[in-house]
Amino acid sequence: MNAETNAASLRKEGKKRKKGQIHMIVLRFRKNKLAMIGLFVLVILMVTCLSAPLWLNYRLVTRQKIVDAYQAPSSAHLFGTDQFGRDLFARIIYGGQISLFAGLITVFIAFLLGVALGGAAGYFGGTVDNVIMRFCDILMSVPGVLLSMCIVAALGQGLVKMLIALSVAQIPRQARTVRAAVMTLRGQEFVEAARSCGSSNTRILLRHMLPNVLGPIIIGVMQGLGGTILSIASLGFLGIGIAPPTPEWGTIISENQNSLMYYPYLGIIPGLFIVVAVLSLNFIGDGLRDALDPKQKN
Amino acid sequence: MEKLLEIKDLYVNYNTDESVVHALNGFSLDIYKGETLGLVGETGAGKTTMCLSVLRLLPEQVGEIVSGEIKYRDLDILKASNDQMRELRGAEVSMIFQDPMTSLNPIMTVGDQIKEVLDLHYPKMDEREKGKRVDDILSLVGIMPERKDQYPHQFSGGMKQRVVIAMALVSEPKLMLADEPTTALDVTIQAQILALMKELKVKFDSAMVLVTHDLGIVAKFCDSVAVTYAGAIEESGTIEQVFTRKENHPYTTGLFHCIPDLTSKAPRLTPIPGYMPDPRSLPKGCKFADRCTKCKDKCREMEPHMHEVEPGHFIKCWFSSEGSEEK
Repeated sequence: MNAETNAASLRKEGKKRKKGQIHMIVLRFRKNKLAMIGLFVLVILMVTCLSAPLWLNYRLVTRQKIVDAYQAPSSAHLFGTDQFGRDLFARIIYGGQISLFAGLITVFIAFLLGVALGGAAGYFGGTVDNVIMRFCDILMSVPGVLLSMCIVAALGQGLVKMLIALSVAQIPRQARTVRAAVMTLRGQEFVEAARSCGSSNTRILLRHMLPNVLGPIIIGVMQGLGGTILSIASLGFLGIGIAPPTPEWGTIISENQNSLMYYPYLGIIPGLFIVVAVLSLNFIGDGLRDALDPKQKN
Repeated sequence: MEKLLEIKDLYVNYNTDESVVHALNGFSLDIYKGETLGLVGETGAGKTTMCLSVLRLLPEQVGEIVSGEIKYRDLDILKASNDQMRELRGAEVSMIFQDPMTSLNPIMTVGDQIKEVLDLHYPKMDEREKGKRVDDILSLVGIMPERKDQYPHQFSGGMKQRVVIAMALVSEPKLMLADEPTTALDVTIQAQILALMKELKVKFDSAMVLVTHDLGIVAKFCDSVAVTYAGAIEESGTIEQVFTRKENHPYTTGLFHCIPDLTSKAPRLTPIPGYMPDPRSLPKGCKFADRCTKCKDKCREMEPHMHEVEPGHFIKCWFSSEGSEEK
């Protein structure tokens, strides 16, 4: 009797599970308060920035009105105005489009290439590993921002070129994380067991190893995303990122660096946006890593 | 009887940076259809190496098959293409690994892991049929099919080994290589798992190589036995021939002395003195000479051949009844 009910409850549970591992992951993610807050903030940020053309005139971003210069935040200008009298609120909202989405694209490219290179290096070892990792070492021996600067300098300014530059600077770090994770897995018995069942190399890499290394990869990607937003900002601040007058969070701070002493809100407000975005991403990354691990208690 | 697997004079080396380890040295073995063969020997005698060689899964760049022949039915394993090998693994010949704790993928449900074998070897089978086969094999190994959506960490060690066995059997292979399948389990579960394996083996009419240190397990579950030492077979025969102890290789005799016997008055077991020869530099003559009680000068000079002391019972020693007659 008892065993029967037990089996019945298991069957029920089994059906519930059937709905998907994704469902379980979502449930576990939702338990993590910090991650949920991060996700909430980030979604609001993204939606606001993306939907800007619907409710905010782009002309506000570039319209200069010297008489209105250095207005403190008020109802007319929510975040105040800069030295040319441009509305800071509009500039930050439109700037977010570039900062956030350029970051996403960069990290996505770096993620794909990093996983491919790192996975191959860790799995095959030997010469393949040596060639790939020595190449990564060369890239890593130059500080990331400096490397991006060199690439931008060589390719010229522009959004696409900056994306390339930032991705290249990200790849070695991603590849290194993936390689280390794959190498620890390579020696594991379940990989050998998968091979003894007749799995091919590609299948082992994609079906057995990749899901197992997803945790560290996601942390890497999320940190990379935060880092990239900061890099875009630094490049912008150094004046070789997005060319003015196109707004971008780092560029906005850079444009106003001479006025920061007297009008601190010009630095603090865009700075806050950068910090909040990066923090949210890190929280989401932590939450995702925990949620993806089935061993976590529900 | 149909010969399923034939290993002939196999030499396998592990090449490391510092030295060459001779893991198998002239290893020969035949396995017939439906047979259960117990492969006994100390650690490092080459038992696992033999299993891996058959599936050609020796660690790349390190493990090297120097010479010899492995034939599975008509397929020459050492010459087969990678695709042929992939088709063989899991479908015709499957392997059960030593440690069930680590031989399951921690983030795949057990049902998915079993189904994967079917995905690999029966790509055309429809999902419902696959699901049914997974359910069937799970209930055969004594796990409620309802649990197939659970992850390995939700199972106990013995249950995990059942899952591993289910994985190895779901495609109904002709040959199972069980590499110490019960070493990581406690004694009460050992007997259950072995009984289960034997039952399924009979059900699917497959042959099994059971690698173990435990002569008791061999006596209980196997039809025939092969004793390995330093990468070669020293004695082989049916259970009756070897375990009646009428005539044995000195090494086998030594192994028997290591088993506790309730009827004997001996206060201590008598272990075999010394260690196995260093596989990096093997002695010229008989590999067991240094630890053998019967060792003579001749043993150190020339390696003995296999002698058939009675039909089907082989001993590799100069002093076996057949061997001594020859010289």
